[in-house]
Amino acid sequence: MRVEVRDVRFGYGASGPEVLHGVSLAAESGTLHGVIGPNGSGKSTLLRVIGGVAGPSSGSVSLGGQDIGGLSPRQAAQVVAAVGAAEAVIFPFTVEETVLMGRSPHLHFLASETALDVAKAREAMERTGVAHLAERRITSLSSGERQRVLIARALAQEPRVLLLDEPTAHLDVNFQVEIMELAQALAHESGITTVAVLHDLNLAGRYCDRITMLSSGQVAACGAPGEVLTEEHLLDVYGVRAIVGRRPELDRPAVFVISGSPRHGARHGAQHGAPHGAPHGAPHSGGPGGPSEGGVPSGIDSIEGDREAGSGEDPGACSGLHRRRQG
Amino acid sequence: MPRSRANRTRITLLVAAMLAVVVWAASAGTAGIPTSLALRIIVSRIPVVGRALAAWLESWPRLWSGHGPGPMPIDQSVLESAEIIVLEVRLPRIVLGLLVGAGLAATGASFQGLFRNPLADPYIIGASSGAALGASIGILSAGRVGLAALSLSSPSSYIPIFAFIGAVITVLFVYALSTVDGHMPTDTFLLAGVVVGSFVWALVSFLMVTAGEDLPKVVMWLMGSLSAKSWAHVRMTAPYVLAGTAVLTALGRDFNLAACGEESARYMGLDVERFKKVVIALGSLITAAAVSSSGLIGFVGLVVPHIARMMIGPDHRSLIPVSALGGAVFMVAADTLSRVIIPPREVPVGVITAMAGAPFFFYLLRLRKRG
Repeated sequence: MRVEVRDVRFGYGASGPEVLHGVSLAAESGTLHGVIGPNGSGKSTLLRVIGGVAGPSSGSVSLGGQDIGGLSPRQAAQVVAAVGAAEAVIFPFTVEETVLMGRSPHLHFLASETALDVAKAREAMERTGVAHLAERRITSLSSGERQRVLIARALAQEPRVLLLDEPTAHLDVNFQVEIMELAQALAHESGITTVAVLHDLNLAGRYCDRITMLSSGQVAACGAPGEVLTEEHLLDVYGVRAIVGRRPELDRPAVFVISGSPRHGARHGAQHGAPHGAPHGAPHSGGPGGPSEGGVPSGIDSIEGDREAGSGEDPGACSGLHRRRQG
Repeated sequence: MPRSRANRTRITLLVAAMLAVVVWAASAGTAGIPTSLALRIIVSRIPVVGRALAAWLESWPRLWSGHGPGPMPIDQSVLESAEIIVLEVRLPRIVLGLLVGAGLAATGASFQGLFRNPLADPYIIGASSGAALGASIGILSAGRVGLAALSLSSPSSYIPIFAFIGAVITVLFVYALSTVDGHMPTDTFLLAGVVVGSFVWALVSFLMVTAGEDLPKVVMWLMGSLSAKSWAHVRMTAPYVLAGTAVLTALGRDFNLAACGEESARYMGLDVERFKKVVIALGSLITAAAVSSSGLIGFVGLVVPHIARMMIGPDHRSLIPVSALGGAVFMVAADTLSRVIIPPREVPVGVITAMAGAPFFFYLLRLRKRG
């Protein structure tokens, strides 16, 4: 199911500051779409808007051509499921009980789960590899296990769209890879359009089909990972000097952060939406200068060339990218 | 569900415990009434099958008393006075205890789930302080002004109305205070409940200082008691508790979602804001009805849901009704203890529930720390 966000504006409360200033995003059916950006850039808020939990003040979100604003919470939950940035688990439900809750949007008032619901919950648990934990209390699981249980609960909703908010946060690298591979498989094999907010740029670059980079509530860049994860964007949006290389066998960008930028104001300036041209003394890690900066493992080539190659077939939702380049 | 079989046994045991406690409560006390007689009197009032059951029970005593055939000889006047004691004095008190305990415990379980806070209880949102203020005003104005219209009826019949109104107004105030743009953040609501609660308690204290000779009445009310309750109190409380608990139970699955966190619940299709409104409205009405008829009886609404959760797990579809059952048993047992512990005096039942509840709660906390 195609997810299309059109020029969404959103602020918390009637008088609160606006968090999203006209964000657009398009995630094609059956793809894994990453959302990256510095803290406070509006990533999680964007996810909440896509899920219909936060109603935009202007703009629209359509899932498969249907406006999410027109759906009741129950109807929305039949289409889109989410795994939030781990809410504390307080009550000792078993794993099976937890996953069965995902069947709620398909059950009527007072109806209890049928054998079919139990079977679907079991299927979801097997998909995420937690079936053997069915009788365990969720409070007794490790973070990695719990994350997979929550994904299973989301899958039990039989969603067409899956939203993941920092699914790899607090996980060890083996669990991070496991979760990302699961997310990729859900998108590619099960056809569930998956939108994931990610902090780890390398995981985003490695697994996502498309990436949207946010900066202070606006789209700074979007497109294929190689187009978005560039030294220029990282400097502009995150305010860090980095070298972006590529492992040829994967054809994916790899990011090496060298240092925080001397003009650290870039990030702050960006957060207030101000164009930042003033102290432009930063060494702009000119072009394919990656290896010359030293310390970069061999086998990493610059991908400056890729950007030209990939930019043609981009769904034209990247107005922010052009705006930023002009500024 | 794998738990269901074991849970059914536990629920059956709990129902049996409730019946046993009711019979014990009906027979225990200064006017000693044999258990078998109390049982027979209660059973005889069950509609349709009552008479037959009572007659059948009547044939029991000879099995153990060594009497010859025929019913045990009981003086007719003794029988009549026993009937009056059981049916008009003890039974309304017992039924009210069942209702109050069930209502408070069901509300406590609901609030703990809704607020995702194991320390939540029915009184956390201001219903108790509001009821106390209402009751104090009722008691004092009866003493001072002698309210012309109300003086026709006894204080015990109109003070509950004052308390009920006080509780409802206070909760409405807390709700209005914490709602912004139709959205009510749970934390703000709890904080508002605590703050408004302290303010209203200050008013109650102020009234108590000015109470003069009515002070003991106010204090007794605040400590909570089920003594001297009539069927009128039962009729006033029953609709709120029974209907409210039934609806809360029916919302069990939604409680499970809400217990996962508001955002998760919303993503699983729960209209969280509407759900909060419904639960707070039901919980406050149940609490107001319970508190207004029996005063502030603490710890039932806090501890019983925890015990219930340990017994049958966190699924609110069974947790809420089991809490209600457990609360009913606990309350009537505590109330009966309060009558027999230092006869002929009565200890306020709130004292018993706190003395039994607080140490147990402490034990639970220790258990949780270790586990």
